[in-house]
Amino acid sequence: MSTGTGHRRAALFVTCIVDQIYPTVGQAAVQLLEAQGVEVSVPRGLTCCGQMAFNAGFRDEAYAVAGRTIEVLRGQGDVVLPSGSCAAMIRHLYQELFEHSPYARPAAELAARTYELSEYLVDVLGVTELGAQYEGRVTYHDACHGLRFLGLRDQARTLLGEVQGAELVPLPGCDQCCGFGGLFAIKQQAISEAMLDRKLDGVAAAEADLLVTSDASCMMQISGGLTRNKSKTKARHLAELLANMTDVRP
Amino acid sequence: MTTQNIHFHERVDSALHDGSLQTALGRATTRFIGNRAGAMDALSDADGLRRQARAIRADALSRLDELLERLVANVEAKGGTVCWASDGEDARRYIAELARARGVKMIVKSKSMASEEIHLNEALEAAGLEVVETDLGEYILQLAGETPSHIIAPAIHKTREQVGELFEQHLNMPHTEEVPPMIKAARQALRQRFLHADMGISGVNFGVANEGAVVIVENEGNARLSTSVPRIHVAIMGIERIVEQLDDLAVMLQVLARSATGQKLSVYTSIISGPARIGEADGPEEFHLVLLDNGRSKMLGGQYAEALMCIRCGACLNACPVYQSIGGHAYGGVYSGPIGAILTPLLQPDFPDSHLLAQASSLCGACQEVCPVGIAIPDMLLRLRADAVRDGKYHPAEKAAIQGYAMTMKSPALYRAGGAMARLGSRLLGRKGRIRRLPPPLNLWTKNRDFPQPVGDRSFGEWWEQRERKKGTA
Repeated sequence: MSTGTGHRRAALFVTCIVDQIYPTVGQAAVQLLEAQGVEVSVPRGLTCCGQMAFNAGFRDEAYAVAGRTIEVLRGQGDVVLPSGSCAAMIRHLYQELFEHSPYARPAAELAARTYELSEYLVDVLGVTELGAQYEGRVTYHDACHGLRFLGLRDQARTLLGEVQGAELVPLPGCDQCCGFGGLFAIKQQAISEAMLDRKLDGVAAAEADLLVTSDASCMMQISGGLTRNKSKTKARHLAELLANMTDVRP
Repeated sequence: MTTQNIHFHERVDSALHDGSLQTALGRATTRFIGNRAGAMDALSDADGLRRQARAIRADALSRLDELLERLVANVEAKGGTVCWASDGEDARRYIAELARARGVKMIVKSKSMASEEIHLNEALEAAGLEVVETDLGEYILQLAGETPSHIIAPAIHKTREQVGELFEQHLNMPHTEEVPPMIKAARQALRQRFLHADMGISGVNFGVANEGAVVIVENEGNARLSTSVPRIHVAIMGIERIVEQLDDLAVMLQVLARSATGQKLSVYTSIISGPARIGEADGPEEFHLVLLDNGRSKMLGGQYAEALMCIRCGACLNACPVYQSIGGHAYGGVYSGPIGAILTPLLQPDFPDSHLLAQASSLCGACQEVCPVGIAIPDMLLRLRADAVRDGKYHPAEKAAIQGYAMTMKSPALYRAGGAMARLGSRLLGRKGRIRRLPPPLNLWTKNRDFPQPVGDRSFGEWWEQRERKKGTA
């Protein structure tokens, strides 16, 4: 399963949510990348991309957090994130955040070597078969920022298609937002829940064992609804499924 | 009742609990989304057409002054009269004075969001004029005493059951939930008004500079009647709604109809230049074009200039999961949905708490994805949020939270310590991987959702460092 392109190095930026809440997603990402012969590094002192402050409109605070992230990732080669949202923050929104600032050039340079995990696996490494196995019905939720700001739609599905034993079933409204939206989930709690309810209706209709997505934040929202409703469907990150780690947490 | 005076969150809350509204929204937005997707998929190069449409809009806005002057010269050359209205007051005064000077008693109107924007009906009625909306949706709302909740489907929030009740009350007809008899009743009521009206007021979808023409698209034929039967036609056009030539118009009409209703072309497309000429049997004696600025020229060159590309198709409303949840009235302004969150603070500067509208978005990007001219709506919502912070419009607790967040994220040591503490706390708060109740303000999360208990007893960072250390000693 070597890529044939020689030695590759990548810095893994697991994101704050994965680091603190879902470390298994980060571990799965390490496993997947190393299995492809990628030398993985986790730069010391990485915390957050700054999106929470940026989305709330607090640009000075976002500048401080994101500026630090740019410094930490300087000279680290390819940067891979198991999140389309945080990758989109770096690739798309850093441009506006750092416009006319000393970070404008390093931000653009970082954006050019930043990838979402499924994108890195399929488009950069050119691999699809990862040796994953899962017996059951699997359905996929498109995380909005990966889908619409990075143009990722097929990568995850290609990888899912190669999971031995898994029956891939369509999710009605798969590209409709789950209602997370960062602080939106709290500040507009009632709307966020209405959106989640529609997502849960879709998941119920899919009658899947696993709801898979590529963003831990969407997973947190959808999973929160699924467990509260005592659904039989479990929410898992794509990396966890691909690394055969769907059973390492409740 | 004006919805503006009720706080945004209360409007949202009542919308979410309005069963009829939820039914109506679900039915309509689903239909619109499907129709639009079908119409776009049928094109061999939909993205190419949209890029072309965007380029046409960008070009027109880049030389708006020049094109407007050309439009005005050509309208006047064809016997029309032009009013430059710098704001709503200018436009209202011009139209009311024109009506008084010409002895107008009754006015028929076809759908116009610009007229809603300047609250024209109230002003004309205050001047003693009878104003009748002739678009079916607008007519329903006039009977109900309500405002539009959607750019192209003003009565989208009403179920046909509710319309049946309204018609029973106002049109003296037996109650029905069938659409055809309702349409027939409305048509009968309206037909008389067309014949007796002295003035017709319309909006404008596009002005065509080289032709001195205004273009109106519609599906009911009421706009054509409103603009051709009464002796005076007044068209109200936002100054940004201009194209240079008919070739440009052909592109814009295609993306407009497909994005709005999923049609290849609207049923009626009227290209109107000037009043009836000598010897022409049809058409008004007078044609007046009201060019409405009302905040638009101030947007040019600024960070919201791209919003001027909007052609009011309503696709972003249908696609928006927030709009789908709360409908248009909850936004409170004349324009609702994602584009309304941008336009309301700019075009209705007196609107209270308009900065809250930009908060009503999960930033999912569905609006930009369907926009026929690719307006970067999410980016602009983010700018509005930044403006609000700059202007001090935020909750003190939010600022404290963000500052705490930034301080933590800037300091790996603090981040690590904070994470460890939160993990410890969450172990006490939940079990089996989930937390059912969090303390305020996070209790807003756990009302109807569980919060995850952090997995394991180490952060990913700690796991990685231990792994590296083991590797080092191995």
